[in-house]
Parts: sequence; C-alpha cells; structure tokens
Amino acid sequence: MIELRGLCAGYRGREVLHGVSLRFEPGRVTVLCGPNGCGKSTLLKAALGIIPRTGGEAYIDGDEAGSLSRREIARRAAYMPQDRGAPSITVRRMALHGRFPYLGWPRRYSRADYDAAERALERADALEIAGDSLAELSGGQRQRAYLAMALAQDTANLLMDEPTAFLDAAHQLAVMDMARSLAGEGRAVALVLHDLCLALRRADTLAVLDGGRLLDCGAPQEVYERGAVRRAFGVEPRRVMTEDGWQYYYV
Amino acid sequence: MKNSPTYSTAGNARLFASLISITLLAAALSLALGPVNVAPGELLAALFGGDDGSAAARIVLYARLPRTAGCVLAGAALAVSGALTQSVLANPLAAPSTIGVNAGAGLAAALCCAAAPTAQALLPLAAFAGALGAALLVLLIARRAGASRITLVLAGVAVSNILAACVDAVVTFDADALNAYADFRIGSMANLTLPRLAAPAAVTAIALAAAFSLTNELDVLSLGGETAEGLGLRAGRMRVALLAAAAALAGAAVSFAGLLGFVGLISPHIVRRFTGDEARLLLPASALGGAALLLACDTASRTLFAPYELPVGISLALIGGPFFIWLLLRQRGGRTA
Repeated sequence: MIELRGLCAGYRGREVLHGVSLRFEPGRVTVLCGPNGCGKSTLLKAALGIIPRTGGEAYIDGDEAGSLSRREIARRAAYMPQDRGAPSITVRRMALHGRFPYLGWPRRYSRADYDAAERALERADALEIAGDSLAELSGGQRQRAYLAMALAQDTANLLMDEPTAFLDAAHQLAVMDMARSLAGEGRAVALVLHDLCLALRRADTLAVLDGGRLLDCGAPQEVYERGAVRRAFGVEPRRVMTEDGWQYYYV
Repeated sequence: MKNSPTYSTAGNARLFASLISITLLAAALSLALGPVNVAPGELLAALFGGDDGSAAARIVLYARLPRTAGCVLAGAALAVSGALTQSVLANPLAAPSTIGVNAGAGLAAALCCAAAPTAQALLPLAAFAGALGAALLVLLIARRAGASRITLVLAGVAVSNILAACVDAVVTFDADALNAYADFRIGSMANLTLPRLAAPAAVTAIALAAAFSLTNELDVLSLGGETAEGLGLRAGRMRVALLAAAAALAGAAVSFAGLLGFVGLISPHIVRRFTGDEARLLLPASALGGAALLLACDTASRTLFAPYELPVGISLALIGGPFFIWLLLRQRGGRTA
C-alpha cells in the first residue's frame, strides 16, 4: 500500500506536481493517465523517494518514505522506469539483480536468490531469452527482461512506468494480465499507461492527472462519466456496451 | 553474423583459462627475450633457484623481473580502471584520462621536474598525488552538479584542459623541465626496481579488491540511474566511489610507468567482445588482458630495434592501435551500442 498526501515534487526548482493525494491499494491495479508532461512519471519517482519531494507526505506500507533507507524502500516497492538501459548482460543475470536489495555480505547471491530469479523469468515468460544478452534483444523482449527483474524483487508494491510501450497487442494484454494476477496476490500495482482505451478497460482504479494535479480518481467507468478524460486530454473516446463490458474507442 | 559473448559457465572457464595462459606466456617471453636471450631452463632456474651468480640469473632477476612485474601491475591496473570508467560513465570512449587522471599526474610530474630536477625519487609520489587530486576535483565538481554521467564526463574534460594548459605554462617557463617531463608523458618501463613497485602494488591490490567486490553494483548501475535507485542503490554516490577506485588504480600505474593511457582504453574493449558487460567477468578479464597487452608491447619495444629501446608508450600506440582497428573492422555488424 502506498499512500500519497499532498505530494509536491519537481526538477531543479521547477515544481511539476502540485499536491497530489492518491492511494495505491493492495489487490488493485491503479492506472495513472494524463497528457504528456502532466507529472505521471514524476509522481512514481517522488512516491519512492527517487527524486526529492518538495512537499507533502508519502507512506510506503505505513512508513513515511523519508524515514526508510533506499534499500528498505526497494524491498517494499519495485520500480520499472521509462528509461531502461540495455548493457550487454544476460537476461538471467539481470533477473538475479532483482534480488539486489536483499544482498548481504559477502556480496554474492544465494541459492534462494537464484531460485527466485528463475521463477521470475518463468512468470515473465522470459525463460527462452534468459541466456541472451540484453543488448541484442528487441524492445518487447527487453521489456520482459525488466519485468522479470521487477518480479524477482518480490515486493508488496509494483510501480511501472509505461510497461506496455513498444509492445504489440498480444504482449500489451499479457502485461495487463500479469498486473491483474499480481494484484490478485494482494499486491498493490500502479501503472502509467499511454493507451487510454486500454486504461479505461483494464484498470481497477483510474487516476487522471492534468497539469500536475489529480483531476479525478475512481472506477474507470465513473471517471469517464464524470468527463475527466475529456477535460484532461481534450478528446473523448466513445464507448459501446458489449458482452465483455464497456469497450472504449476513438473515432 | 551474431557475435555472442560466451555465457555458459564452461565457456567462461575456457575464456579465463586462455587469458591466463596468454598472460603467463607473455610474462615468460618478457623475462626470456631481450638483448641477451635466456633459455627456458635458465629462466626457471633463476626464478625458482634465486641468484646463483650466473649471468642469466642476474639478468632475469635484476633487469627483467622488475620490468615484467611493472607491466603486469600497470597493465592490470589501467585496464580495470578503464573498464570501470567505461561502465560507470556508459561511454565507450571513456578511459582513466576522462576523469582527469592523466592531466593531474602530468601537471604534478611537470612541476616536480621543474622545481626539483634532481629529486627524481619524488616523481612517482607527486604523480600519484596529482592523479588522485585531479580525479577528486572532477568528482567533487560533478557531485555538486548531481553526478550524472554527462556532468562527470564534462567536468573531466574541463579540468583536464585547465591542467594541460598549466603543464604547457610550466614547460614554457622552464625549458629544462621539458626533457624530463617528455619521458614521463610518453610512458616507459625502463629503470624499474622491485622496491619501487611495492607502494603502487599495495594501492593497486586494495583498489582491485574494492572494485571486484562491487561488481553487482556496477551491473546495476549500467541498467541506468533510475533502475539502480529503484533497486536500492544510491546511484550518484556509487558512481563517485567506483570512479575513485578507478582513479587510485590509474594513479598508481602512471606513478611509475608514465602516461600510458591507451591500455586503459583498448584492453576493456578487447575483452568485452568475449565477456559482455557483466562486471564479474569483465573486470578480471580486463586485468589479465591489460597485463598481457602491456607485456607484449614492452617486450616488442625492447627487442624489435635492439640494442635500441623504444619507450613502451610508443610501441603501445603503434602496435595496440592497429590491432584495435583490426578488431573494430572484424566485428563489423556485431555490437552496435
């Protein structure tokens, strides 16, 4: 559970986020959306203390983030940034580094760490690329490698920035299914998504940000009906009721 | 054509077995070859039997062993230093000189040559202090600006240029210092003794131990600053710590060998083709590769134009440079990043 109260943050004296209060609840997939530059990525980073806050409070599993060490935060919340490096290391080694927050002295991974990494690879559908070098993978495969690393971290909270970017339709849906199954285990999952229709269809809670402020937050259907999507993006997807529930589309 | 590094444990074992054999062979040749060639039997007798009064034993023990040890030490230290800077800065052009090590050592050496031309014993100490001082200045400036990769590189370039201008000023005002300084700038393994290597060896051993214990941190950093922070690593602080280790390694090497920057640039690239970027493989492989490369170049510089001797810095550039270019041409279509 991550709880933000009046969170303010920014870069080099320029405030991007102006007092956002929001909760990432266990068992739920919370999707953040909003136009470019509205502060979605900043919110994830500030929540975990990766960039400094300029105001407000952030609680991670009940403790103020400022009182926790970086390592302790990494044991409670996994974070997948938008900007992902691709050095020439194997996907298997990379998944193993998901255990980095648990590494003690001597600085060697234990048998349990290797097992956890292997399970994460399997779950992220990355076993067949486990022996390949990250530098030689396609965008989608690289994404799976990063997902495996986040899973190996085995945290109660997972925050992912654009986990579906560069992915084809099947893999986008696979990521959303993964998010659902992680939430089903009682974890709090927060995703930044660009695909508005995917967000409206698959989120448990939809948070719409605009200009560094929270415009609306709630069940996607209600947020849509209150008009927050139109106000934030300036365009409105249409919807049609099908036997699979509401489906959203653009004209 | 896919030029895959070896990822299996058996492949790694083979890689290190060949690297160790190459380094040992280069060391044996370095001890055996020269104006007087020593037969393998005499070489072994001298190494394991000590000084038995024979000419061969004296040549091996007093003329060549310090030099061979110096090459191993400087080659390993500079190559690991280069591998660390390249990984930490995510910049294939990075080398110890990128963080101001060469410029700092150069200025200290030039000042030493100008102010105390007779006290040559001071030069290694001055060079080490200069290298470390300049690198710490670069790291301090970059740290205040956030220690991102690009501020580190830019701070290094700025400080190096300022210090290089100071060197030029010193040798302009004191022309006599230029001769002594020129030897240092090119880099040479002549006139080494084992006792002179003791202090640099100690510094190198400590810095290598630190670097080898931080290989996971190095991998995590190479995934990007934000990923590293997300995994619980303070990226800026760890970059500064790893670069400080790189500066200590390069400083120790240049203190007795002069400005042999090229080993630090090319050795990591050569071994990276086989190890990839995984630090637990890359660092030890770089150490072995750097030692072998410097041993080979130093042996060539002593034997090719015997009885004349070429400073190793020159043969390194003339042999290492084309070798490196050949590797680049051969890997066409391989690595892209």
